[in-house]
Amino acid sequence: MTTVNDRPDVLGPGQTYGSITDKISAIVVDQPTRRGWVLGFLVGFSLLNLLMVSVAYLLYRGVGIWGVQIPVAWGWAITNFVWWIGIGHAGTLISAILLLLKQEWRTSINRFAEAMTLFAVACAGIFPLLHLGRPWVFYWLLPYPNTMSLWPQWRSPLVWDVFAVSTYALVSLIFWYIGLVPDLATVRDRARSTPVKVIYGILALGWRGSARHWHRYRTVYLLLAALATPLVVSVHSVVSFDFTVGIVPGWHSTIFPPYFVAGAIYSGFAMVLTLAIPLRAAYGLHAQITQRHLQNMAKVLLATGMLVTYGYVMEAFMAWYSADTYDQFIQLQARPFGPYATTYWALIVCNCGTPQLLWIPWFRRNVYALFVIALLVNLGMWLERFVIVVTSLATDFLPSSWQVYHATFWDWAAFLGSIGLFVSCFFLFIRFLPMISMTEMRELIHETAEHHCAASEEARS
Amino acid sequence: MDHAAARDHNPNGSGRAYWRSLEELAETDAFQARLAAEFPSQASTWTDPAGRREFLRLMGASLALAGLSGCGVNAPEEIVPYSRAPENVVPGKPRYYATSVLFQGYAHGVIVESHMGRPTKIEGNPDHPASLGAADRFAQASILGLYDPDRSRAILRNGRQSSWSDFLGWMIDRRGRWLARKGEGLHVVTGPTTSPTLAAQLESLGRIMPEMRWYVHDPVGRENLRDGARLAFGRPLETVRDFAKADVVLSLDDDFLSDGPSHIVDARHFAARREPRRPLNRLYVVEPSPTITGAMADHRLPLAAKEIGRLAQALAKSLGVNIPTARHAADASWVARVAADLKSAKGRSIVTVGPGYPPEVHAIVHAINAALGNVGSTVRYIPSAQYTRNARTLVELSNAIDGGRVQTLLLLGVNPAYDAPANLNFAERMVDSVPERVHLGLYADETAGRCHWHVPEAHVLESWGDARAFDGTVSTIQPMIRPLFGGRSALEVLSILLGQPARTARETVTAHWKSQRGGQSFESDWSRWLDRGVIDGTAFEPVKASLKSTEAFVPDSRKARDGFEVLFRPDPNVWDGSLANNGWLQELPRPLTKLTWDNAALVSPKTAGALGVKNQDVVELKFDGRALRLPVWIAPGQAEESVTVHLGFGRTAAGRVGNGVGTSGYALRPSSSPWFGSGLKLAATGATHPLATTQHHQNMQGRDLLKSAAVGDFARNPRFVETPEDARTRGLTLFENPAPQKRRQEGEGNAWGMSINLNTCIGCNACVVACQAENNIPVVGKQQVINGREMHWIRIDRYYEGSAERPETRFQPVPCMHCENAPCELVCPVGATTHSAEGLNEMTYNRCVGTRYCSNNCPYKVRRFNFLEYNGDTSAPIALRHNPDVTVRSRGVMEKCTYCVQRINNARIAAEIEGRPIRDGEVVPACAQTCPTRAIVFGNLNDRSSEIARTKADPRNYALLEELNTRPRTTYLAKLTNPNPALEGA
Repeated sequence: MTTVNDRPDVLGPGQTYGSITDKISAIVVDQPTRRGWVLGFLVGFSLLNLLMVSVAYLLYRGVGIWGVQIPVAWGWAITNFVWWIGIGHAGTLISAILLLLKQEWRTSINRFAEAMTLFAVACAGIFPLLHLGRPWVFYWLLPYPNTMSLWPQWRSPLVWDVFAVSTYALVSLIFWYIGLVPDLATVRDRARSTPVKVIYGILALGWRGSARHWHRYRTVYLLLAALATPLVVSVHSVVSFDFTVGIVPGWHSTIFPPYFVAGAIYSGFAMVLTLAIPLRAAYGLHAQITQRHLQNMAKVLLATGMLVTYGYVMEAFMAWYSADTYDQFIQLQARPFGPYATTYWALIVCNCGTPQLLWIPWFRRNVYALFVIALLVNLGMWLERFVIVVTSLATDFLPSSWQVYHATFWDWAAFLGSIGLFVSCFFLFIRFLPMISMTEMRELIHETAEHHCAASEEARS
Repeated sequence: MDHAAARDHNPNGSGRAYWRSLEELAETDAFQARLAAEFPSQASTWTDPAGRREFLRLMGASLALAGLSGCGVNAPEEIVPYSRAPENVVPGKPRYYATSVLFQGYAHGVIVESHMGRPTKIEGNPDHPASLGAADRFAQASILGLYDPDRSRAILRNGRQSSWSDFLGWMIDRRGRWLARKGEGLHVVTGPTTSPTLAAQLESLGRIMPEMRWYVHDPVGRENLRDGARLAFGRPLETVRDFAKADVVLSLDDDFLSDGPSHIVDARHFAARREPRRPLNRLYVVEPSPTITGAMADHRLPLAAKEIGRLAQALAKSLGVNIPTARHAADASWVARVAADLKSAKGRSIVTVGPGYPPEVHAIVHAINAALGNVGSTVRYIPSAQYTRNARTLVELSNAIDGGRVQTLLLLGVNPAYDAPANLNFAERMVDSVPERVHLGLYADETAGRCHWHVPEAHVLESWGDARAFDGTVSTIQPMIRPLFGGRSALEVLSILLGQPARTARETVTAHWKSQRGGQSFESDWSRWLDRGVIDGTAFEPVKASLKSTEAFVPDSRKARDGFEVLFRPDPNVWDGSLANNGWLQELPRPLTKLTWDNAALVSPKTAGALGVKNQDVVELKFDGRALRLPVWIAPGQAEESVTVHLGFGRTAAGRVGNGVGTSGYALRPSSSPWFGSGLKLAATGATHPLATTQHHQNMQGRDLLKSAAVGDFARNPRFVETPEDARTRGLTLFENPAPQKRRQEGEGNAWGMSINLNTCIGCNACVVACQAENNIPVVGKQQVINGREMHWIRIDRYYEGSAERPETRFQPVPCMHCENAPCELVCPVGATTHSAEGLNEMTYNRCVGTRYCSNNCPYKVRRFNFLEYNGDTSAPIALRHNPDVTVRSRGVMEKCTYCVQRINNARIAAEIEGRPIRDGEVVPACAQTCPTRAIVFGNLNDRSSEIARTKADPRNYALLEELNTRPRTTYLAKLTNPNPALEGA
């Protein structure tokens, strides 16, 4: 029985098909809207309104309302973009890669991780648009036939970005929606009022649960998982090209693609934990999201945190080893000791220091500790993007143009507002859609039972 | 612009009407009401439908006429329908006229580019002795001053609108009384003037009104120079120096490269001697506060202003001048070595001293130049170009006011209510004790608000006149445009006093010259003079000046009071404050401090440390019983005990741009020590005041960006800009050569390139303003500069090397490098920045979506972004200044130096029409054209015989950040210094 503590089950004891379905669908169908939900949604919605105001003002006045300047022409907008895109990575990783690797513990967290991905990508997507000097002509980045006979400039990583991010958003959406279909049908069947039945009925696309349906569902889901897998690597690699293709010291580095992907997974898992821990407590999902899930995620956090730390060390080492004065200055002087030293060391503490606590089992098991660590990692990853984007630009080649960047109220408004967008979407999601995949949970019960049977048979023979 | 307010101040409307757009003629009630009020005589016409059509036609004609009046030959009374197109005016083709702009009364010859009668750009007049084809920052910025919407638009009587005829009636009435009393009680104040016509008018006035008194007021005037000459020679002579012949130059705080009536010429000649074609000259500068001349010095000694007289005395003594011995000081060995160097260059040296030093020091310097045998070779004396006969000073005027002798005060183009010495309390004194006060000025300024009459003055580009250059050459002033706001010139006001109220300034000037140089050929002579901008043969011949006894030349050696020393200096850009409403000059970074939109108390790093203050901390300055609070700016190279206060700030009635910018140094400045004084107390206040600087880092971080070598090292290794490693790897690259480079190597077509000579660049900022004028670059304001969004396409980087107390200061102009392998082009997602076949890195504003990726990837950070709508004010007259050949950029697009592509294209069109290649020197970008020292060379690299090809073949040629393989088309010539071996390390 000692193994129970180390590797708790992915399912609480005594779960049946019925109990799982009841528990999860009830949140959508039966339970009245909770006061906590309303409160949380209001917080998110207020911030969303702040975003609306800030976007309106931005469109009215121009990007000059932010702190961007020459030389730091990219500021919080791009930091936020990269941060949100990174957060989005965990969803796809959990859904696609862990599915293909048959990691059964992914089951109870994949649905809301995917939702998180979608919302994070939505938050990410607004920033590159808004940070344009003339956002109303954003579509000039798309290759479309036009009377000006103009075409995007394909050597620019920003064009690659457009494709990487939109593909990612599209595939994530389809993947998430396909996974939702059987559960939508369950909700439809359990709904009591006709309008609800009709809405979920339309969304369920006529799912009847026939064997043929299940067959096709499984095929599509697997195919999509295979399709989504390369995206986990590609999207953040492409995002990192925005920097590596530039000749700016601190950007121009071949280590960026892998290190960005690791960072993305790192921040994504941190965000999943940030969301899962309160959700689990609020809706009593201890049986579905068990200690096993939390501990596994903590371990992923630790592993990716180490990868990211390796990245930092390598950046500094390569700068020193390259004998490139400009890169050396950025990596070895400007970042650790320059005007952004506080930011830099805060990022090191958050991203390299805190996950080390996860070596200790107590921190992996204690939900409070885990929650705080996850928050710190989220913060650290935001700071990391800030340090990459801003410090490199603030102190580049000619000292005469060096200048420190200061965020304005509107930078804060856009950033907090994007969190508001995310929170609002997420609250709507947990209220109106099954936040855990009932289908896959039932499947899991089935598989676990079989596994137990097989184990007991083995024991008998 | 506030149209309503503008109209309120425009009773007769003769000015603005020409610039009203036809769209404005929409038939709104408001407009009709306004029109009726503005054109009372036309009011009935307007309501009559048939008459209205006729009126509109005339309005259209006058609008068009305004476009023609640039040549200044149309009398204002004529109205010509545009159906008969005037000769020689081709729509879209600019025309060029010679005229002069004035600075401290002295003429700078300029050529004005005029588009359809609208002056848009000023260039130097190559035929003018004070310009030689170059123009300084003030001349360049005067075009903005012309179109300043804050200029005074109406004649005011007791602050209410009046009219010219009312003013005329009043003046004619008063004239009778003054005549009766021989001018007693009439006191006239003008700025310094060199105008022979104005001088003649004053002479005539003195004859008919002998009791009239005339005062010259210039808050930063050059009277010390004249008084020094009077002391030395008994006559107020002016010194003309020939830096082209000088091997050794010692400047005692004379910023001769930046200020003064001959500074362009001096800079040109000085720079010519910095090139290794001939032996380099050597410049020593002794100064309390850093200047651009000090930055060019081979040896610079920071020294308090009160010590400079003593140093001059010691130098004179060691050069054998019969003068009492100066007390010994720590710099004695420095002085001895400089003296030895000067002696070794007898007859080929110049010693000069700034206008802020007492006449005795000037007299000593005259004696030194005489002792060195410089007189007649490098130094000439000529009669003063400035008219000063019977001129009195403002202090004398104050005494006259106190004596109750001043009945009427006529203030012509001066603003003493703002810039008079603090102890005179001039504004109150004038208001309390002068019964009648009349003001003529460009702005309804501090003085105008305290006068009974205010008459708008015509801008120098709107008026007829004449003025002398530094060497006495008479330069013509002709209007480029009819007065926008109905302004009048001082000549016209004086004509009233002379009993010729209907006489125009043009008639006055021509009549004067007819009387002087009249003859058979006067008409053709006059047109030729106007055409060239100078009147032949008017330069002064050098005069023989015999030095008086030198023993009397003893500077005040009384023991200085304890405490710091305060220096009052004109601001390098807004000067005495009269230019405070000029946004270009306010936003132009000061050459040394790189501050914009503010003045500060400049202190040495040591003083700041002792006081425990840092940049932007506010200190209280107490001097002579007055106090002033100013933010601190630490100036490396400042003399330890000197604190510099720049004048020209703290205006209250300058206009919307200049009001409330900085703090007025005049509030601290007594008439007893107008330039410097000791006994200043400094105290930190704990408050801070944000200052807007465009350069936050002052040293090169050990990066080899601005290459320089001593001339001896250069002789040993002419290719010092290249390390042996560079030399080995030159031309080796892993990367394919970019297409523009291939074309260049193959000699195909034009390959534009630029070279900037760091050796001759004096950091004077003229190129920055010229570029701003040529390329419609907006002014963004203090907060935007603090936010790092200044828009200048060319900037002057200023780096310090060495110790903070005695740094070496270097300037490096940085425009777009037009890289053949441009990092910006690669990353633009929409292809808005691309390469032309001729090697230009081009911006397509229309295509730009504003990702700003190009700017991030530009290692030189020369790209500028319209973060907000900086060109939003499209109202007249502010929009009229725009160069029609250059797009006015809107919000959200990137911009940068284009090598003045519009000029290249104009030259190309001309060349193609004539079926020939573009000639060398035919395309000159605005920066290169205005550079006083010709430090910027532009041309076709494929033309092997071109100046640019020759310049780039110089061994000192190097590319900035060459290791990045950007292959810039703009390269630099490294700087050379010529230190005195005897002073190495000193």
